[in-house]
Parts: sequence; structure tokens; C-alpha cells
Amino acid sequence: MTQPIKTMGESTDAVPPPIRETSRFKNALQELKKAPLTAKFGLLVISAYIFVALFAPLIAPYGESQIVGPEYEPWGHFVLGTDNLGRDMLTRLIYGARNTVGIAFVTTLFAFFIGGSAGIFAAILGGWVDSVFSRIVDILMAIPQLIFALLLLTIFGTSIPVLIGIIAVLDSTRVFRLARAVSQNVVVMDYVEVARLRGERIGWITLREVLPNITAPLVAEFGMRFCFVFLLIAGLSFLGLGLQPPTADWGSMVRDNATLISYGDITPLLPAAAIALLTVGTNFVVDWFLHKTSGLKS
Amino acid sequence: MSNLRKLEKLVSAGKMSRREFMGAAIAAGVSVTMAGSIFSSVAEAAPKQGGHFKCGIGAGSTTDSLDPATTLQTYTQMINNGAYNYLTEIDNHNKLIGELATSWEASKDAKTWRFKLRKGVTFHNGKSLDADDVIASINHHRGKDSKSAAKPIVKAVKDIKADGKETVIFELSGGNADFPFLMSDYHLPILPAKDGKINATSGIGSGAYIIEKFDPGVTTHLKRNPDYWKKGRGHFDTIEHLVIADVAARTNALQTGAIHAMDRCDLKTVHLLKRNKKIEVLKVVGAQHYTLPMNATVAPFDNNDVRLALKLAIDREALVETILRGYGAVGNDQPIGSAQPYYAKLPQRKYDPDKARFHLKKAGLGSLKVELAAADAAFSGAVDTAVLYKEHAAKCGIDITVNRVPNDGYWSNTWMKKPWSMSYWGGRATPDWMFSVAFAADAEWNEGFWKHEKFNKLLVEARAELDEAKRAQMYAEMQKIVSDEGSVIIPMFAAYVPALSKKIGHDAAISADRDMDGTKAFERWWMA
Amino acid sequence: MGTILKLIAKRLATGLVVLWLVSLIIFSGLEFLPGDLAQEILGQSATPESLAAFRKELGLDQPMHTRYLKWLGGVFHGDFGKSLSNQRQISELIGVRFANTMFLASLAAIIAVPIALTLGILAALYRNTFFDRLINVLTLSSISFPEFFIAYILIYLFSVKINFFPSLANISPDTPLWDRVYICLLPAMTLTLVVVAHMMRLTRASIINLLASPYIEMAKLKGLKKARIILYHALPNALAPIINVVVLNLAYLIVGVVIVEVVFVYPGLGQLIVDSVQKRDMPVVQACSLIFAATYVLLNLTADILSIITNPRMLYPK
Repeated sequence: MTQPIKTMGESTDAVPPPIRETSRFKNALQELKKAPLTAKFGLLVISAYIFVALFAPLIAPYGESQIVGPEYEPWGHFVLGTDNLGRDMLTRLIYGARNTVGIAFVTTLFAFFIGGSAGIFAAILGGWVDSVFSRIVDILMAIPQLIFALLLLTIFGTSIPVLIGIIAVLDSTRVFRLARAVSQNVVVMDYVEVARLRGERIGWITLREVLPNITAPLVAEFGMRFCFVFLLIAGLSFLGLGLQPPTADWGSMVRDNATLISYGDITPLLPAAAIALLTVGTNFVVDWFLHKTSGLKS
Repeated sequence: MSNLRKLEKLVSAGKMSRREFMGAAIAAGVSVTMAGSIFSSVAEAAPKQGGHFKCGIGAGSTTDSLDPATTLQTYTQMINNGAYNYLTEIDNHNKLIGELATSWEASKDAKTWRFKLRKGVTFHNGKSLDADDVIASINHHRGKDSKSAAKPIVKAVKDIKADGKETVIFELSGGNADFPFLMSDYHLPILPAKDGKINATSGIGSGAYIIEKFDPGVTTHLKRNPDYWKKGRGHFDTIEHLVIADVAARTNALQTGAIHAMDRCDLKTVHLLKRNKKIEVLKVVGAQHYTLPMNATVAPFDNNDVRLALKLAIDREALVETILRGYGAVGNDQPIGSAQPYYAKLPQRKYDPDKARFHLKKAGLGSLKVELAAADAAFSGAVDTAVLYKEHAAKCGIDITVNRVPNDGYWSNTWMKKPWSMSYWGGRATPDWMFSVAFAADAEWNEGFWKHEKFNKLLVEARAELDEAKRAQMYAEMQKIVSDEGSVIIPMFAAYVPALSKKIGHDAAISADRDMDGTKAFERWWMA
Repeated sequence: MGTILKLIAKRLATGLVVLWLVSLIIFSGLEFLPGDLAQEILGQSATPESLAAFRKELGLDQPMHTRYLKWLGGVFHGDFGKSLSNQRQISELIGVRFANTMFLASLAAIIAVPIALTLGILAALYRNTFFDRLINVLTLSSISFPEFFIAYILIYLFSVKINFFPSLANISPDTPLWDRVYICLLPAMTLTLVVVAHMMRLTRASIINLLASPYIEMAKLKGLKKARIILYHALPNALAPIINVVVLNLAYLIVGVVIVEVVFVYPGLGQLIVDSVQKRDMPVVQACSLIFAATYVLLNLTADILSIITNPRMLYPK
């Protein structure tokens, strides 16, 4: 989880000379100590999720699809009760962390890699590159996302790699527009002009001049997009696409139990709350990072 | 007690409210529960005319059409049954009665059928019913250029002709003792003919209601046909018929009073819905069943021992309990339900891992790995059924891989294309109809790709057999063959579970032939 | 200003090309889907013979390119054809639904955009305070819930429990305006909860991103009030990304509301396109897709022009 933020963070202080590993680690620790409570909370949540995701089989009391008792057992004997097929709710939530977070994370990374780089290049190069990229994105975005996903998933099947690929490409269009818009603002700045006149290569301009100045909004977007991937998967399960059963994922778990909420039963709130907690945690860390990169003292 | 009789009369005339009746009855020495049940039974028998009925149905689409040839789902079936009449009708006691036909008779070989038409029936456009209307309406589904979904039903009709204005004669290519049942199919309403053709999308029929507005996938408005010929049916003044695809939305609408009735309750939460005192949840077990057809021409399903092993590896009781939440009955791998005519009581097949292993061994297999394609398009809960079945079968040395496929395109892409998939049947009124549609060797939807010589011979013989006892015996034998040697697993019969506001009255008997009282709720129910 | 007009003309021209390509993609997408309209409509009751008759009646037996060109030719004459499944004119079928979709989107936008921008600015102004955290936690939680689930919760609270709003939003063309607003408030609230967080977070981030700029530092040194700095100095320069995210969300309100429509039984375009994709009703899918695509093209163009107006330097790249 912390990785992408760290790598992006590194590019902002690209100017100072390389620091030795140990002192860098110390630095990070010190920063962490100074971090506001919310950021610490966010990091704690993220680490907990990673831990749960990695060690799901060890933590979970039962097997992922094991039927342990009657359906809809109340809380108690099974800590969080059982689901509509009599599977342990807690176990499903734990395995759900692994599947949902893993897939959402990989998908968002891909989306940012594709959309971000294309957006920056389009802004720097301008001209026909910009036009071609923008038109392709226009076309992809002009087709409603859910409908497009429905078409593609029906044609290509719903295996996990296909799901990741399709959602990443569809989501990257949104990243592209943002990356392009903020980069354009930067590209017209005087210092970029100067760099161009100096004859710097495009890679250099991207990494040294543009990226550092657009990291903040991109990271903020990352925190959001990450969450939207869950929701898209939930939306797909509404149309009967989504992940292969009996794989547990939070989006589908909300869907499967959603009707209970109409009677005031809070079972479907559990997976939704799991998503919410992670979203809030991630975005707290993002906020902290934004605050740091903004260079504000207060 | 004669006082009580008087009270009952007042109630049935609609002149006394429940509270008034209860008070008076208890004063007359009747217990509270007793008084309540007397009131319901009496009040029930007394339909009232009037009111605005709002109905929410799950299965309807913006691509729906009024053409009966393409009627597909409950939503349009209900419109058909509101606006049109048929030659025959399956009533709410599941008996065949005449509708536009008053009587019918067959030749000895059951190949020629004469239907006598009802007199004094007029269509919504003022035209009165005669034989030409019937001929044109049935011909709409026949012939090379017809796109009708009912084509297989009328395939056996060689010729239709009129004998005067009030008699229609059908010539069949083979004897069929059940032919009058076929004429009640929801695709085959009688519409007014002009120059030998019907205008299939006009929505004009002779039914209890006139279509005022049809907005596919959204709403249909109907109003009472003041000249309706049928006595004691068609009580509402106006009807608002809504498509509400999402079951939670449907349930909320019912609970908030936005609609009076809905189909297909969410079985996961129906026990919670039942707590609502203003709502009645019906449970009608009929012919609707869920199936897992195996392609009998492909290995390993071409081996009957493998098929038997798979049939023994499914825990039917658990499925009825978990998937249907008790709203159904276990199936016995044959499609005739216990409430249907000619049902044969065979010994019930049970979950038996040892026996399943025995049959696997007999087939020369130590273990078995098979893929089952599932989508909730097959039936609600199909994917969950597959997942549970996987767990059951694992204990029998059978490893089932559940392959969830998209709902979209399920019937054209997966069903009868993948070797093993899931499906459902609304059921048919007679065994012959059901067997001919899904088990006969040459049936278009022989979903198990199953060819059984003796079965097919019996099917043709029984169809033309007018001797009831002989017929029953033949159908019993056929059910046994299908159960023991067929290539379709039929683990459960699913009840229809509609829910309605207590403001809606209905007869004590509810038809088990299709949902929503045989999809004839508009005609049969009333505002209590 | 002349340059902007030229830009608009150019973009509109490319927009037409985009629309054409979209129609091509949708058409081939539908072709690649298993099954066709005849099969989907007849479903379990399809027989080879009735399928053939059905296809012939609708012209589905002709090769793919012939059908596409025929459809395209019709479009050039302003004729989008008829629905294959029930033979209704596309214009009649879509007109009312498009108006409904726009109405719901506008209602949601009128509620959501001011709330999002105000909250975003306030959060930037009082950043890292309890207020900031609270707004963030609330909005982030709201987008963590799938939209059908938000809808269920709102219906449970406002409709089932207190019966204040109707749970169905099945408006018809003759519903008076104020009734419409009342009936559509629950779906609009659902949509608001779905989009506010995104816009609010980006507004906050864009403003904070600028607060360390030298000119803001300068303004601070001059002793200007925090609120004034943010509103008059930071906000104008943060507008480009904000406009983009607002436009993106407006487009979502028009195009992405399928699920909200299903839950509230709202007769908009989303339900129509999903049904039509399922039944492979090509002319309807195409017409809906083109409306959505045109919406996107126009909104994007608006966003770009507004961005240029806020930062005229973008007009002169290189």
C-alpha cells in the first residue's frame, strides 16, 4: 500500500543528493513520529489490511467457501454470524480483504501507469500526440463505463486478469484527463519553457519538472480511484458479472446481503464498512502526504 | 347461530366491516380466532368491484412488445391475460375449463378437434367473436413466416377450418388427447381478425381490461372493460402495472403502499417481510422446477452411472432449505410435480455419498472432475446452488468446478452449449406437454440431448391414448425412466412466492400454473 | 476570442469523428456478443425456423456491413430507425427518457456541485482541523458504499421508516414540475452522496497544492485574511482541475445512473440501454450511445474551454 506513495514522494525531493539507506530509514521513522494522529491511524489501518490479506488462511477460522452451519446465524457462536449459504461471515470478510484489496490495488496501479503517463506525454508533446490520445480517451469515455464493461466482459469472459485489464483501461481514461489537465497547467509555466529551451529530453522534463508538480492531485485521485474500483466490481456483480464464486469479495458481499438493510438488519453494512474504513485510512495518509508536499508549515 | 348466518350475509354483501363483524360475532358467543377466520372465509367469497390496483413485476423489459407471438415474461403474460381471452383456461383450481370455447370434442384417434365458440362475446373495438378470429389468431403462430415462440406448440396443427360462425375444427398430424390444454398457452390469445389477419400489436382483445397506455419496461395502464362477458371476474376499475426489476425496490414499494402486489419475493428476507401485518405472502408450489441438464452425448455424461452418481451427490433437502428457504419441494429428477395430473409417486432419491461412489466405480472412475456453468439468469440462486452442490459433491469424490458465466446471453451462449449448465422450467399443464418440450428425442429444447427409445415410443402412444387408466400407467413408467436414466438433474420444485397487500382479496384457491395466480391476477383479484 | 472560436469549431468537427467511431465500436461490440435479438427475444422458446423468420422480418439475415451502412445512411438523413423489438420510433422512445435523465442529472448537480465546492473550500481553509477530518470521513464513507446500497439505506430511512418520500420515482411526462422535484429528491440525494466526495476532495487538494506557491506566500506576508487568500488568490488558479472533476462527475450523473434508475424505477436512458444491450436491439443501443457520447464530447469541450479561460496561457502551447 505505502509503496506507490513512497515512490511518488521520492520524485518530489529528487534534487537533494542520494542519502544512505540507514539514514533514510531513520528519516522516515522520524517523519512518522511527527505525523498527525490521523495519518498514523491511516497507516495502522492499511498495515492491518495488508496483514490480514497476506495471512488470510492463517487468521480465518474456517475455509473460504466452507459451509459451517445454518444460514443467517446471528452473531455469537460464529463471531459475526453466517451468510446466506451458512458460511462464516468473519472468514468471508478476511478472505474478501485479500481478493478485493489485491485486485483493486493492482487495477488502480495499472490505471495510473497507463493513464498518468499518457496524460503527461500528451500535455508535454502537444500537437498530434495530444490530439490522438485525447480522441482515443474521448471515445473510450464517451461509452458508458458500465455498458462498456458489460460488453467487454461478456465477450472476453470474467477471469481475474481480464477483469483487472478491462477495469484498468476504462479507469485509466479518467486518470488521463486529470493528468493531462494538471500537466498542461505546469507545462506552460516559465521554468518548463526554460528547460525546453535548454534542450532537455522529454523524459527529463517529465520526471524533474512535471511529475513533481502534479503528484499531489494525482495522489489525491489515487485515493479515490482505488475506492471506485471496489464500487465498479460491486456494480458489475449487480449485472451478474464480477468475480467467480465462491471467491469472496466485499462488493459482492454487500450485493448478496443488501436486501437485509430494508429491514434494518446491519449485516450488509459489515463489508461496506470494511471498504469505508480502508478508504478513509488511505485518504488520511494521502492527506498527510499532500500536506507534506505542499510545503506548508501549518 | 342463526344470528351468525345473518352476519355472514352482511359481510359477504360488503355491508359490514371486519371490526363490526368481530364485535357482533363475539357477542354471539364465538371465539375471537374463530370469528376472524369466519370473517376471512366469508369476506373472501365476496369480490367487490372497483378500485385502482397497482402491481409491481420483476421480469419486464423496455424491449417488450404487445405481440403475443413474442410474449416472454410474467409482465407481458399478465397483460395478455388482462386484455385477451383464450379458447381454454386453466382455472384457479388447476382444472381446464372453457373460455372462449364453451365445449370441445375429439375424434377417436384424437386427431380432429371441434371447438364450439361462446356466443355474445365482443372485442374492445366492438367486433363480435366468430370462427375467423380464432383461425387468424392461431395462424399468426403457424407457417414459414411466423416468428412466434409458440410455433412448436401449434406445429402439429395441419389445418384449421370454420364450420359455420361458431365452430372451429383443428386437424392434427398426430393424435393428442391434451390438445385443449395447449390452447390455453399464453402465446395463443384470440384477437379480432380483419381480412383473415390479426393486428398483433394493437392490444385489442376480448379480455376484462382495455389497454390505455403501454410503455414497455415502465408501466401499462388498463381500465375495466364494461362489456366483459365473464361473470364474477375483472373487478378493478383501473390497473397500473409496473416493471420493478430490483427485488428490494419491489419490496419497499409494497411496504410503503406504492404497489398492492408483487411477484418473486426475495427469499433471503421473506421471513422478515412476513412480520409485516399488512402484507400476505403466498406460497404456491406448482410445476416450476430448477434443472441441471447434462449433455448425454458428451463424456463423461454419456455414462448413466456417472449421471446417477451426480444425481446422488446433490443434497436436495439442503438446497430446498438454503436456496429456497423452504419455499419449494425436493425434486426427483423428473419434471412432473406432486400437484400435477398423472404424478407418479416414485421412491425419493436421497443424498448418498456411498452410493454415488459405488456408481462412479461402476463407471470405472475413482474420482471425477467436471465443470458446471452457472448464472443467476438460469434461476435466482443458481450460482449459490452450484456452490453448495460443489460442497456436497466433494464428499462423494466428485470435484465440481463452478464456472460463473455472464447473465447476459446465457440462453444463447451457455444453456445447451456447455456440456453441463443450469436451467429452469415454468412447467407445463400436462405431462405430455412437458415431456414433448424438453425430453422427446426430437424436441428443440431437449436440454439433456437425451434419446431413449422406449420413452419416446411411450410418449407418442400416451399422447393419443384416450383411456385414462392406461394413460396414467404409461406416464408413471415414463417418469421412472426419466428419473433413473434421464440426463437432467432436477433437485427441486420452486414455489411461486408473490406478496400482496391485505387490501387485495382473492379466492382461497390460487392457481399453481404460473406465478401471480396463473398470471391472471388482474381478472381474479379484487380490492377488499 | 477568435482563437477560442476556431478551437471550438475544430473540436466539434473531431467530436463528430468521435461519435462515428463510437457507433462503429458499439455496433461491432454488439455483433461480437453471443446471440442476436431473435434469440434473446424468443429465449428458451427459439426454434431454428422461428429464428429464421424473425431474422428475415427484421433484416438481421443481411451481412454485418450492409446493416451498418443502412443504419448509418438513415442517420445522415436524420432517421435513427425503429426499435427492432417493438417497432417504436427511436425519437419517440428516447425523447421522454432523455428529458428525464437530464432532469435527474440537473437536480443532482444543483444539489451536489455547490455542496462539494463549498465543503472543499472550507476544508482547505480549515485544513487539518477537526472540521476538515469530519467532512472527509463523512464523504469518504459515503462513496465507499455501492450506490444501490446508499439508495436502499435512504429508502429505508426516508420511505419505509417515516414515509416522507416515495420509494418509487416513476414519473410520467404529465407529472407537474414540483411533484417531479419532490419525487426525484431521493434518487438525487443518492447521486449527490455518490459524487460529492470526489469533487470535494479534489477541490481541497488543488487549493492546498497552491498554498505554498510564492505568490500565495506573498499574499500571506501582506497580511491578507486566510479566506480572502483562498477565494481570490488560490481558487482561480486551482480552477482547471476542479472544472475537470466537476465535468467528469456531471457526465457521470447523465451517463452512469443505470443502477439508481433500476432501484428507483426511474424511466431514464440507463435502463433502456441495459435492456437493449441484453436484447441486442441495435438501433436503440446506438441512439442511446450516441446521446451519451455527444454529452461527453460537449461537456469535455466545455471543460477545456473553461480551463483555457482560467489559464489563457494554455492557448499558446510552445
